Amino acid sequence: MYVAVKGGERAIDNAHQWLAEERRGDPTVPELTIPQIREQMALAVNRVMAEGSLYDPDLAALAIKQARGDLIEAVFLIRAYRTTLPRLAGSRPVDTGAMAVDRRISATFKDLPGGQVLGPTFDYTHRLLDFTLMAEGEAPQQRNLPDATPADRIPHVTSFLNRDGLIEPVDPSDIAPPDLTREPMELPANRPLRLQALARGDEGFVLSMAYSTQRGYGRTHAFVGELRIGTVAVEVDIPELGFAVEIGEIELTECETVNQFKGSRTEPPQFTRGYGLVMGQSERKAIAMSLVDRALRWQELGEDFTGAPAQDEEFVLMHCDNIQATGFLEHIKLPHYVDFQAELELVRKLRAEAMALQEAAE
Amino acid sequence: MTDQAYNFAYLDEQTKRMIRRAILKGIAVPGYQVPFASREMPMPYGWGTGGVQVTAACLVPEDWLKVIDQGADDTTNAVSIRRFFQRTAGVAVTEATAEATIIQTRHRIPETPLTEGQILVYQVPIPEPLRFLEPRETETRKMHELEEYGLMHVKLYEDIARHGQIATSYAYPVKVEGRYVMDPSPIPKFDNPKLSDNPAIQLFGAGREQRIYALPPWTEAVSLDFDDHPFETSKAPHNCDLCGAKDSYLDEVITDDQGGRMFVCSDTDFCGGRRAAGHAGRLGGDQKSSKTFANSFEGIWPGAEVAR
Repeated sequence: MYVAVKGGERAIDNAHQWLAEERRGDPTVPELTIPQIREQMALAVNRVMAEGSLYDPDLAALAIKQARGDLIEAVFLIRAYRTTLPRLAGSRPVDTGAMAVDRRISATFKDLPGGQVLGPTFDYTHRLLDFTLMAEGEAPQQRNLPDATPADRIPHVTSFLNRDGLIEPVDPSDIAPPDLTREPMELPANRPLRLQALARGDEGFVLSMAYSTQRGYGRTHAFVGELRIGTVAVEVDIPELGFAVEIGEIELTECETVNQFKGSRTEPPQFTRGYGLVMGQSERKAIAMSLVDRALRWQELGEDFTGAPAQDEEFVLMHCDNIQATGFLEHIKLPHYVDFQAELELVRKLRAEAMALQEAAE
Repeated sequence: MTDQAYNFAYLDEQTKRMIRRAILKGIAVPGYQVPFASREMPMPYGWGTGGVQVTAACLVPEDWLKVIDQGADDTTNAVSIRRFFQRTAGVAVTEATAEATIIQTRHRIPETPLTEGQILVYQVPIPEPLRFLEPRETETRKMHELEEYGLMHVKLYEDIARHGQIATSYAYPVKVEGRYVMDPSPIPKFDNPKLSDNPAIQLFGAGREQRIYALPPWTEAVSLDFDDHPFETSKAPHNCDLCGAKDSYLDEVITDDQGGRMFVCSDTDFCGGRRAAGHAGRLGGDQKSSKTFANSFEGIWPGAEVAR
């Protein structure tokens, strides 16, 4: 006990100092700058922004640097900072139809209005280590892009299906969605709350849940109707002015799945939807989110609950947050000797009684 | 050394108001778990974020704060939380149980009886006493609503059938004022009797699980049991080797690899106070303070300590 207890104060100080040294690494190697992380580790920055629920690439880069590249730790730093920020206003819903897309693909139609735009993707790269990067080689070549003027609005694929009544309609709603960072999670949750939890949920957890549906645990037969990545304007209504003002742009990844649906007791056969929306360029997460969203909708669509984890709202929502998960997991390394002592006494007592019984029997 | 960039006691006033409302509701309905919009705190979930938020919502500048973990003031996490409030609230801190107005604790109730006007804040990992019998929150809330505690009694009965006794040694459930079954947080069942009819306000904060609950002063909290298997407290059958106390909860310290061990009070303030008053246990002579003893494990000998 005393080994752990005494000198706690000094031990903490020394540990923090050592940590700072380890973070810096070999001082003869130049220190990383925040712009370097922001520009060259952009996907890590995006993940930290998405799961930290705060759109600020500079702060996310700072968090990554401070966390020594541990992304969950970086998300934690961002969350702890975010929670102290005042709420100034709520924005208007962003219009992803007016997104300036960098990437827009559909897996359901070969060509479609707005076209297929591959964008900066790993999809068709060969995963061979590029040793010129290690040698800090040449800057990448200039892009040869056609001078196409981007369309003002790129329609959503689901709207084509909607026109023919082939996909379930979604009525727009002005009901303010719940905010799980300001109200305790209440179950059963509605779809906006589920989507919110998934959007900030751990990428690995959401990925595994989605993958499990593909392997038959709550199968939903998903097609990627559309995946788009780009920037959208964020607008805020200014009451004094009587109109909305654009306060900035954010990058989003949106995925809409089209899911096979044979009809149920309550719904006629038609395609159904899964939806994913994530801050930054995070398409793995957006696709996974839309699969899990669809799996969680079994009740409203009159499907059967097969006991699959991805169908189980409480299971998914209560375990998708990596900050909660990692905290509770890692806390078991804190001292528990009081409880362990109680267990020791109990086991000793039970053993003594069992041995006495055994001896009496012999 | 107060950090000016943050509000008094870290949380903004809006958040504190929200937490105070939850606390008041908890006090109005003893043992009922009140959902609250727990905030991300600058320490991880599982480190006491619920307790820290409750403490932050209760603190006023005149308070004297004591923080313990495993009964001790100098465990690393207790040090860390105490420092957090020194830094963000600038309140006075103390190790003396009797002197403190707010005590935040993990896993223990102090040995020194609490008095009216004191607040004891517990850090709670899993607030739901029925959780390990029924994993679904939607179900357990219903069970509380309907006062449907049969499952818990079945579990306790099964313990008796298998082991001849109730095999729960800590986080032992209590029934509050004959209504709600409540998890007292992972305190050893040795501490359970102190929950009941305590003159202090007892507040329980579970950050990750977003729940606050309370025992107002002089509230009855009965440890669950059966007529023919009454609740029993338990502790190591020894006296404290440092202060000689017969009736305090003890930690077991392994002193060598030959099976040698000593037993010492887990409540460091209680133990220190008794020794200061002249009590001594088997190994608690004047020359052998706990610090010296501890240092001997780390290979720091009395002379070496001074030399640093």
